[in-house]
Amino acid sequence: MSFPGKKNTPRVTSDKLIIKGGKIVNDDQSFYADIYMEDGTIKQIGENLIVPTGVKTVDAYGHIVIPGGIDVNTCLQATHLGMTPADDFYHGTRAALMGGTTMIIDHVVPEPGTSLLAAYDQWRDTADKRSCCDYSLHIDITRWHEGLFEELEHLIKDKGVNSFLIFMAYKDKYQSSDTQIYEMFSAMRELGAIAQVHAENGDIIEEEQKKLLDLGITGPEGHVLSHPEEVETEAVYRAITIAKQANCPLYITKVMSKPAADVIAKARKKGMVIYGEPIAASLGTDGSHYWSKNWAKAAAFVMSPPLSPDTSTPEYLSSLLSCGDLQVTASAHCTFTTAQKAVGKDNFTLIPEGTNGIEERMSIVWDKAVATGKMDENDFVAVTSTNAAKIFNLYPRKGRIAVGSDADIVIWNTKETKTFSAKSHNLTVEVNIFEGMECRGFPVAVISQGRIVLEDGNLNVTEGSGRFIPRKAYPDFVYKRIKARGRMADARGVPRGNYDGPVHDVISMTKSMSATPSTRGPSCPGKTPVGPARNLHQSGFTLSGTQMDDHIPRRTSQKIVAPPGGRSNISSLS
Amino acid sequence: MKMCVCVCVCVCARARMCVCVCVCVDQGGVLRMHGGFGRVNLRQCLSGASCRCAGTREKSPSPETFHRPPSESLQDCLETFLHRVRFVLCRRRRVSLSCGASLLQTRIGNHYACGSPTFRAEMSGYQGKKNIPRITSDRLLIKGAKIVNDDQSFHADIYMEDGVIKQIGENLIVPGGVKTIDAHGGMLIPGGIDVHTRFQMPDRGMTAADDFYQGTRAALAGGTTMIIDHVVPEPGISLIAAFNQWREWADHKSCCDYSLHVDITEWHKGMQEELEAMVKDHGVNSFLVYLAYKDIFQLNDSQMYEVFSMIRDLGAIAQVHAENGDIIAEEQKRILGLGITGPEGHVLSRPEEVEAEAINRAVTVANQTNCPLYITKVMSKSAADVIAQARKKGTVVYGEPISASLGTDGTHYWSKNWAKAAAYITSPPLSPDPTTPDYLNSLLACGDLQVTGSAHCTFSTSQRAVGKDNFTLIPEGTNGTEERMSIIWDKCVVTGKMDENQFVAVTSTNAAKIFNLYPRKGRIAVGSDADLVLWDPDTTKIISAKSHHLAVEYNIFEGTEVRGAPLVVISQGKIVLEDANLHTIEGSGRYITRKPFPDYVYKRIKARSRLAELRGVPRGLYDGPVCEVTVTPKIMTPVTSGKTSPVKHTPQPVRNLHQSGFSLSGAQIDDNIPRRTTQRIVAPPGGRANITSLG
Repeated sequence: MSFPGKKNTPRVTSDKLIIKGGKIVNDDQSFYADIYMEDGTIKQIGENLIVPTGVKTVDAYGHIVIPGGIDVNTCLQATHLGMTPADDFYHGTRAALMGGTTMIIDHVVPEPGTSLLAAYDQWRDTADKRSCCDYSLHIDITRWHEGLFEELEHLIKDKGVNSFLIFMAYKDKYQSSDTQIYEMFSAMRELGAIAQVHAENGDIIEEEQKKLLDLGITGPEGHVLSHPEEVETEAVYRAITIAKQANCPLYITKVMSKPAADVIAKARKKGMVIYGEPIAASLGTDGSHYWSKNWAKAAAFVMSPPLSPDTSTPEYLSSLLSCGDLQVTASAHCTFTTAQKAVGKDNFTLIPEGTNGIEERMSIVWDKAVATGKMDENDFVAVTSTNAAKIFNLYPRKGRIAVGSDADIVIWNTKETKTFSAKSHNLTVEVNIFEGMECRGFPVAVISQGRIVLEDGNLNVTEGSGRFIPRKAYPDFVYKRIKARGRMADARGVPRGNYDGPVHDVISMTKSMSATPSTRGPSCPGKTPVGPARNLHQSGFTLSGTQMDDHIPRRTSQKIVAPPGGRSNISSLS
Repeated sequence: MKMCVCVCVCVCARARMCVCVCVCVDQGGVLRMHGGFGRVNLRQCLSGASCRCAGTREKSPSPETFHRPPSESLQDCLETFLHRVRFVLCRRRRVSLSCGASLLQTRIGNHYACGSPTFRAEMSGYQGKKNIPRITSDRLLIKGAKIVNDDQSFHADIYMEDGVIKQIGENLIVPGGVKTIDAHGGMLIPGGIDVHTRFQMPDRGMTAADDFYQGTRAALAGGTTMIIDHVVPEPGISLIAAFNQWREWADHKSCCDYSLHVDITEWHKGMQEELEAMVKDHGVNSFLVYLAYKDIFQLNDSQMYEVFSMIRDLGAIAQVHAENGDIIAEEQKRILGLGITGPEGHVLSRPEEVEAEAINRAVTVANQTNCPLYITKVMSKSAADVIAQARKKGTVVYGEPISASLGTDGTHYWSKNWAKAAAYITSPPLSPDPTTPDYLNSLLACGDLQVTGSAHCTFSTSQRAVGKDNFTLIPEGTNGTEERMSIIWDKCVVTGKMDENQFVAVTSTNAAKIFNLYPRKGRIAVGSDADLVLWDPDTTKIISAKSHHLAVEYNIFEGTEVRGAPLVVISQGKIVLEDANLHTIEGSGRYITRKPFPDYVYKRIKARSRLAELRGVPRGLYDGPVCEVTVTPKIMTPVTSGKTSPVKHTPQPVRNLHQSGFSLSGAQIDDNIPRRTTQRIVAPPGGRANITSLG
């Protein structure tokens, strides 16, 4: 077995637990019952359970019991200009557990030039040593190289990765061209993976950055000015168009603005298989802080796509999240200290990007959406955990309180409030973008892998206890529709007689499809080796052999003879 | 006085045995004839290239002389002479005079006095033909017409002279003997402007079947009196060279006024100066950028951004051929891989979404650069929706549906007749959704789309057959210049979607406004050009390749019955269509220059650029600790496209970070606010500087 079965390693502390008196909330229904778990798995649910004696009991009276949150987008390891994020797997997962998130999916960002597998191994290595909660990995495609498709196949089939992210931004660094995106999407559809997209038009951004720097704008406000909402919206639209053509499921990471969310909502109305992920930052705060006079504060908000300066954005996004137009919430947690951010003190394009949110995510969603009455507790579970588990094929192991599921459970206090501050948070970074925000709803107890990690405000985590959770290809939730469409969408040619009229002589065939590298982004070799000039004769299709319309007797007038008028009937209007 | 009279003798219009003759009348009353058969070019003739009219340069190969009897007037003498010419011609072409009599049409074309210095001066330039004194009357009076402009309709008489409308009103005082047309209350509309044609477009050594002569002739027959053609420079050829080539073709052949868009098929250093020269010296104010045709014409987003910025600075209009070339190239490969090689592969490889996506992208870039945008060939519902939505958000964007997308749909790509299916090939393709024409007509009527073109670019069946085994090789383009006005009348006005004034707006006035031809074109007013159409709203006709005025064998509207057709067409003050007879003169079309910064488009753009100034936040310098970074990988290299092009500002390989830092030395806008002493940059006891801490 390629995944070390840490689950089987005997643990010292008692792994038996019973939660009593809570209201269990799944994404479909809520009910009162007790939960008994053993060895990190839920064994029984019901009332008056028969359990061994001496089992530790957690009292959940007056609270709701929900499946642990899944944070589908974190960057706890990706380096920027050689700097590692302030919160690594240990600090990050610790904060996650503190906020009620019991699983994260981190992004593997291979440095351009290194292979995906090498980067994957590196991430696994670090995370296995440092992570305090279960984790899984997305892999980002940062550069095109020989053997990429073989690597993808290997990762999906043997390494338990079923989602890959493509960058439409970061020109000359990570950005892929439309051709590459199309090829990637096609490959992913065949392999049963989910295509994720960082959606921003890198070409426009670069031009805008140049323009702003020329205008003498070097502060963090330049970041948001050079990444306007339209640029995000445009890329989302383009990604959707390509995904539609390739019949590939699409997942948009970091939905930050109203028009971007609208594009996703509209595409869903047209029947696209597409998911949108607003993040803690876009749901909890806005981009007006970029104009802060305090450079360090303004820089702390720098991320891509940026927070929208439109202050009504958080409310709008939480409405769309409530009505199902957006489905998943993440944190995109990627923090850098002020000293690290200060690398870009004279040039906003150099500020390392990323905000915090791993700890605050669940509370923000509760406060903005449930406390305001936009969604109910079941919807809350859906957007913070269940939908993510379904999309990424973790369901029902994660994302549900059911017999047999992992014992990742959160006891949630729905009534009291808590204030976020850099002074009290569990991160190493000095600035919290939600500073001073008061949120209703927070976890009173968190159980990860059947062990209590948070109780009475005390965190009790074990470094390296997090397991890698492999994810299989072809998640049903996503691929059932894709498969049905793949069967339907067969393009068919029209069977015709061969054209036998005169053919104009052409001297030079300039319109041959040559294998020049794509025009956007770094050049790469395509999937199929294309010769410098297409052999036109290879693609001609003939009608020799049996045809599907053979049973229809041919009209004699369709015989290819030269009529007295001189022109053959096939070239004339009937 | 020496006189030179140019006579165009059409022996047989259908056989195109058009003969151009130059007649010189010298002081002794001797008529001398120069010229040639076939398609002698009037322009060439006038410029003295093949025949010499000026007295001193009589080098004509075989002048025929004819002495005027002293008793005859010049007019009678000319009549006699022309009869003789006809006779000679018929004999030489072995056409019997009697049987060809009905076909014989003699048009006394342009008449020039030569020998005077002014004449020669005017010969050297292209413009100013209008000012040359003419012998016969160019005066025309139309009585009792209902004049329809885009804003109102009214009944009046109209008098024109020298190709310009001189008077509008009732009981006009006009010179005697003026040719008069009685309109009997018929509708008189400004001549149509077809904003998108590609006559004579070269494609891989082939040339479009309808050249400037055939094309403009068909345009006139359909009520269009001006066209704007696209100059398509082959990559590697300068814009100016291509422009001059098109000018030469059109000047020799065009029968109606024309202007030119210039397509930008590649982007590199030096293009900037060329664009500037085109705008400032050559009267071009619109440039088209391709988002499709990967590895041939396609520009990437960075290049599009630079082109749009440039165009905005020059006051021109950015046009976009909107399709995502990358996706199309992939789809073409896939479809060919499936063994689909027929014309249906063309539409399968270019789905609607690909068009809508590219429009959305172009709109985004135009918004960022604050550049006016014009989408050519709106072919699908979703594409039209994107434009409509962008307009609702305030973008300055215009959409141009074409005759084909308004009049027919893409179901024909599945025709079993290859030649028929191939005739519909155009990009973006016609939508297979049969409700598309109706939808586009509705959007045209409500103002979401503004202009109509024809995108006329026809290829004969044998030319199309180059792609008989591979749909990607089929040359693209459909007909429509002749049918455009009638189709819109039939689909929009007859059905009650729009009124006659809106009809004028979408066929003529809006185009004139956007491209800065207004009010010279696109309006019936005193001082405007006498390009008029007497429109019969009730005639019905069936469009057919048998009766159209084109060289191509197929008509994509074959069998469509349309209501509404031009009764009389007047171009440059001369009747070119009357009683279903076309009297066009090859080479009579003038090039119409267009100035930059059209008010209709740029008023809003200018106001926005005044508002959209970006400002930085004045902050104290960050003085906290800075992390050491060894490498700076985010180098802004120039565009990495296949066709590498340098950017506007010469980029340095590595950005000097210190250059772009802005300091607060000198007077600041907040100097009047006394600084709080706590803002002084001192290290507080805690160790961290206050600027880095949360205030």
